[in-house]
Amino acid sequence: MENTKSYVPCQEDFVIIGCDDAATEQMPPVSLTYWQHSFRRFKSNKVALVSAVVLLLIVVMTIVGPLMSPYDMEVVDLSQRNLWPSATYWFGTDQLGRDLFSRVWEGGRVSIIIGLLGSLIVALVGCIYGGVSAYFGGRVDNLMMRVVEILSSVPHLLVVIMMSIVLDSSSVGTLLFAMCITGWCPVARLVRSQMLQISRSEYVMAAKVMGVKPLTSIMTHFIPNTLSIIIVNITFRIPGFIFGEAFLSYVGLGVQPPATSWGALCSAASLNFLFYPYQLIIPAGLIALTMLCFTLIGDGLRDALDPKLRR
Amino acid sequence: MARFIIKRVFYMILVLWIVTTITFFLVHSIPGDPVSAMVQDLPEETRELYLEQYGFDQPKIVQYIRFMKQLLQGDLGSSLRYPGRKVAEIASSFAPVSAQIGGIALAIGFTVGTILGIIAALNRNRFSDRVIMILALLGTTIPTFVTASLLQYVFTVVCPIFPTTGWGGAEHMVLPVACMCVGPLATYARYMRSSVLDTTSQDYVLTAEAKGARTPRIVMFHIFRNSFLPCLTVLCTSVASIFSGSFIVEKIFAIPGLGTYFISAINDRDYSMILGLNIIFTGIYILSVLVTDILLGVLDPRIRLAEKN
Repeated sequence: MENTKSYVPCQEDFVIIGCDDAATEQMPPVSLTYWQHSFRRFKSNKVALVSAVVLLLIVVMTIVGPLMSPYDMEVVDLSQRNLWPSATYWFGTDQLGRDLFSRVWEGGRVSIIIGLLGSLIVALVGCIYGGVSAYFGGRVDNLMMRVVEILSSVPHLLVVIMMSIVLDSSSVGTLLFAMCITGWCPVARLVRSQMLQISRSEYVMAAKVMGVKPLTSIMTHFIPNTLSIIIVNITFRIPGFIFGEAFLSYVGLGVQPPATSWGALCSAASLNFLFYPYQLIIPAGLIALTMLCFTLIGDGLRDALDPKLRR
Repeated sequence: MARFIIKRVFYMILVLWIVTTITFFLVHSIPGDPVSAMVQDLPEETRELYLEQYGFDQPKIVQYIRFMKQLLQGDLGSSLRYPGRKVAEIASSFAPVSAQIGGIALAIGFTVGTILGIIAALNRNRFSDRVIMILALLGTTIPTFVTASLLQYVFTVVCPIFPTTGWGGAEHMVLPVACMCVGPLATYARYMRSSVLDTTSQDYVLTAEAKGARTPRIVMFHIFRNSFLPCLTVLCTSVASIFSGSFIVEKIFAIPGLGTYFISAINDRDYSMILGLNIIFTGIYILSVLVTDILLGVLDPRIRLAEKN
């Protein structure tokens, strides 16, 4: 108590830190749109930015990587089997003497294409389904949501396994189809609940009262407010697709030789992993790195696009 | 409450029936008959004999009715590849192995994950939070087969303390369980952290603080109880991840569990085996969803009220 009595506050104690009077007088030169603001926030997130750069590097390598190596991914050279990484074979060779450097990047192309295309398809189907369900409401909505409920009570992985057995071809298209056939259910639920939430909000009601046409309302209220959530969701779904493909290939249902993917490379390498660990570590590390990058970018996007969710 | 449970059980049976029907027709819509898929050049008569023995010559709907009849009697059919091997027998003798590993892994993942999540949330943005969150992120992004292979490499080549293959004593369980609990552990840590952070900003926590309640009391009675519920809803997801984990982990560590049989059935294209095991896996999954629903209903009065209205 004595301490507080003897202390006399001075002028410096009441200065607002980090904000001077002159700055508050000035108007910002331009007003930023929502997307410009989001982009700014994303840019200031170092972790997300670094992962975006790393991811970009991986993507560029999957495009130009196979061209950089003098060896073709399919050429078998039995005199050069199971070589460790060296100056001639940058990532070593596999049990058939094929150059792993070109195989890894060629396989990465398949994995990343499946990841991107899969989550895009799922998002598209989910948006349409969820949107229609929320738009019509009532009995239609009830029925459509029951269908989703039943479809999502089956473990996703079992559906994928069943579909790829039944279709019995292992092209990228089949894999995508198998993974998307029930994969859209969570997105449909998300979109529906978001749509319902928006349609109950005051500004939409106000617009309706003021006589704004439904189409205008959809364009200016519903789509922009759902888009950010969907973009974040797409980013978070990509790792799942990459993992799904890797799992299927590992089990023996995925991409078949001579084509390859990261999962197929891991699967082939796991047979003699104890002797040639590099054959597994490189593709497995790339799968993990890519999934990590997408997750971190997703975190960054969520923080940037939806400040309410920021932690 | 009883009505709620009955409704849920009824719903579960309906879903299981729909799934069984769809899988049955999917499996039977595969072009070509299973016999000629297995053996390339079989004399026509032998082939027809086989088809007749398994009832494949009858119309699909007759086969379906017979299959459903058997299913209701607890008979899931028998293997096409290995005559005499019944799906139900295999399930009852190998499911305990899978259940042991999966159950222990889930229990460890759930407890440790929740505790780590609480620690991370209470030390938000401090060093321990960062470390836990980075580890959890790695745990969710590194595929199971990578963890399994790495563990196998470390314990075979670097320090052979635990056996890396086979099944038998408790020491055989250490590595598979370690592999399988990584996924759930990381998921729960992440969920629990965000859930606790949600709860901490609630008014009742602020009130408790204002009333002068001690921190351990607030954490135990106000925060933990309320943030625990959202975590329970993820339980079914982690049961599903236990499946996918068990397929790979059992294969890598050579454990005679259901996952191993499922994978070998896939590679053999043993359709009746796949069908039977699929029904079992779906049944377990739906059961776990049911248990979660009931648990949530018991623990959270809000859900019961919503269900009534």
